Amino acid sequence: MSAALNLFLNQLLNGLTIGMVYALIALGYTMVYGVIGLINFAHGEVFMVGAYLALTAIWLAASFFPGIPFGLTLLFLILFSMAGASILGALIEKIAYRPLRRSPKLTALITSIGVSFFLQNAVMLIYGSKEQSIPDIVPMTRLKIGAISVSLIQILIFSVSIGLMFFLTWFVKNTKTGKAMRAVSENPEAAQLVGISPNRIIAATFILGSALAAVGGSLFALNYGSINFHDGYLAGLKAFTAAVFGGIGSIPGAMVGGILLGVFEGLGAGYISSEWKDVFAFLLLGAVLLFKPSGIMGNNVSEKV
Amino acid sequence: MPLLEVRSISKRFGGVRALDGMSLSVDEGEIVGLIGPNGAGKTSFFNVITGILPADEGEIFFQGGQQSLRGLSSDKILKKGLARTFQNLRIFKNMTLLENIAVGMYSRTQSSLWSAFFRTRRFHVEEKKVFKRGMGLLDLMGLANQGNEIAANLSYGNQKRLEIARALATEPKLLLLDEPVAGMNPSEKEEISNLIRKIQKRGIAVLLIEHDMKVVMPLSNRVVVMDDGKKIAEGPPEEIRKNPRVIQAYLGEA
Amino acid sequence: MLALFPLLDRNAYHLDLATGVGIYVILAMGLNVVVGFAGLLNLGYAAFFAIGAYVYALLSLHAHTPFWIGLPISGVVAMGFGFVIGLPAIRVRGDYLAITTLGFGEIVRIAFNNLSAWTGGPNGLLGIERPKIWAPTWKGHFGFELISFGVSALPYFYLVLVLIAVIAFFLFRLMDSKFGRALVAIREDELAASCMGIPVVQIKLCAFGISSFIAGLAGCVFAAKQTIVTPDSFDFILSVLILAMVVLGGMGNIWGAALGAVVLGFLPEILREFAAYRMLIFGVLMILVMIFRPQGILGGQLIRRELTRPIKEGS
Repeated sequence: MSAALNLFLNQLLNGLTIGMVYALIALGYTMVYGVIGLINFAHGEVFMVGAYLALTAIWLAASFFPGIPFGLTLLFLILFSMAGASILGALIEKIAYRPLRRSPKLTALITSIGVSFFLQNAVMLIYGSKEQSIPDIVPMTRLKIGAISVSLIQILIFSVSIGLMFFLTWFVKNTKTGKAMRAVSENPEAAQLVGISPNRIIAATFILGSALAAVGGSLFALNYGSINFHDGYLAGLKAFTAAVFGGIGSIPGAMVGGILLGVFEGLGAGYISSEWKDVFAFLLLGAVLLFKPSGIMGNNVSEKV
Repeated sequence: MPLLEVRSISKRFGGVRALDGMSLSVDEGEIVGLIGPNGAGKTSFFNVITGILPADEGEIFFQGGQQSLRGLSSDKILKKGLARTFQNLRIFKNMTLLENIAVGMYSRTQSSLWSAFFRTRRFHVEEKKVFKRGMGLLDLMGLANQGNEIAANLSYGNQKRLEIARALATEPKLLLLDEPVAGMNPSEKEEISNLIRKIQKRGIAVLLIEHDMKVVMPLSNRVVVMDDGKKIAEGPPEEIRKNPRVIQAYLGEA
Repeated sequence: MLALFPLLDRNAYHLDLATGVGIYVILAMGLNVVVGFAGLLNLGYAAFFAIGAYVYALLSLHAHTPFWIGLPISGVVAMGFGFVIGLPAIRVRGDYLAITTLGFGEIVRIAFNNLSAWTGGPNGLLGIERPKIWAPTWKGHFGFELISFGVSALPYFYLVLVLIAVIAFFLFRLMDSKFGRALVAIREDELAASCMGIPVVQIKLCAFGISSFIAGLAGCVFAAKQTIVTPDSFDFILSVLILAMVVLGGMGNIWGAALGAVVLGFLPEILREFAAYRMLIFGVLMILVMIFRPQGILGGQLIRRELTRPIKEGS
């Protein structure tokens, strides 16, 4: 196989991997935006907290149940991280955003920055400001599929992310809470008239979004082998870009946007320059705002009426 | 040649047709009443004319201009001479009455940012003119001496008057009034009716959405009836009263 | 009264600190134009500050441009970037501006780090010229001589003080004009403002440009004072810090922003023992201020009423 094709496939694979993580975070942005119209800046920090919770779960598992199979550890760390992040998401909504439900956007936006700062620094004080390395719990085996070699973690990321996306799609279409979320995001006033309690739905949205971000954080930490308290900031920023790219408020948009952004970034890093890797996402954001502000799958985003 | 000529405007929201080929014209100096049952699309029609909602189809011509207003932003449409009020009051509640009116005059003043920074002669002259005209308009509305009051402190009826004054400050050729007497008592309604006649005497045409037939019928030179996003009847008030389609549309509602 | 500060307190460290806080005051007044007056959020304000600093640094190093010429150029270049960044985002919807500016802040920092050939990369640029002024001298006869600012912060302190006064003067004039009224109207009810003939996008963009210009000025003064600029002086934390100053002092209030800058500027000195918790405290402070006193310390009645009023339909 030619080296050129090899490079392309590898970068594509790397891009898809991080793209799945972006998609998981972007879903939280897009759902919260859909339901209350807030850009929740703290969402990236929830992702970061999720990664730290996964690390904590690994420590816990290692000290209480040494020698259990890695599959169980994996299950435990994902559930632990999801549960912890869900509680965090619900608390953030209740303490910081609910009192501001009737305030202008700017107020809530600034509050979310405050929350973001708080979480970052709280994590820094608890876990230290140095990068924490994640123990290798998943075997380093690589599978050869045709000409490309895929790591077990990557397969894990793909299967878990895609599984969750299917679950979410099903959830929004078929459950009572999911349908209510869609109703609120399409028309809050009408939803209230039909007797949907906005508080419950908003809380559920935060919980669901935070759980997804936590899974993203856990997978991210496992894949890269380390986590730092300011990792959430950049990942969150890029995931938001992905949500805008896909069309903010649109759930399939966030999925596609996240995956495409990851691929875009992977190929950019491989073919242009890895030093400038972090810039591509923002250039893409600028381009989307200039040429297709509604995103690839979004509705009209006109601010009027 | 009509002052405003709207040709078969359509607007859909999702699957719902809010406006379905609606046409209407207003001549210079005329008062036209726009009536119709709730949900007929009257306010959507105003929103499309004033550039708040983009129309899906149709054209809007003003002052016999060759260029359609469709697609222009609200502030540019206002500058052409089309001002409006809102069904549920949108005055600037935390500004004073005079400031509210001064905002209306923004598009009719020339001074630039530089002249504001360096307080040129022109700036001072213009500011003086703006506030003098503002006092005049407040006087017309019966709100003289309240110029420095915060708008939120006014009674509902006076807030409605202020909104009309603010619209007049933009020096319109056509004034679109969306239910100007809603929620008022009979004597207040009478005052507003007189005010609308005064506005007409100043050479300003008025297009008026109003539910109260006792107000709209004596005021209007011509009445247009809307239902389901379409014009269903048009004519002098006395004819409209007897029109079977109109009666049916209203009865159907009840 | 403030001008007497150096006479009362001759401690060089305090003077330096006060000058630094003065630069924060300029930045807070500038950011207030966007956040407080126009109701938009700029989360990459440090980038415009950085652009001002690097513009003067490059002009000084390569063209020996005097400070007094570099000052307006820094402001204008920062303003130019402001328009380029602001236009696409403001056109679409206001809250996208927050993210766009945040992304821009990152791009600028990464660019200054990576473009080593021009910016010296992470090491930055050093040897930037200090301002020079014609000062009266007496050498047997009365005359004027061109003297350069030195290591002492004293002349910088007065320079910053004069700049604050000039900027505040022009901002007050701005607010007491049809542009100021238009800004308040937009903040109150954007839709109604637009229907009353206010070119909303143009006015917001104007505010954004003025704000970027002020950041550029501050950057130039900062570069001339430090004589060295490095990318890590202009990170996201700085942007948030300035925002916190505006919010704490009172959005939309010119002196409020300045007060917020003074309080948060000196706070780290007071909280020295709690240095590790400083940022945590900032975060909590921002949440608490937004929930319990959204108008900030000096926010007027007007802003308070606006901030506690429900979100308008559709906005």
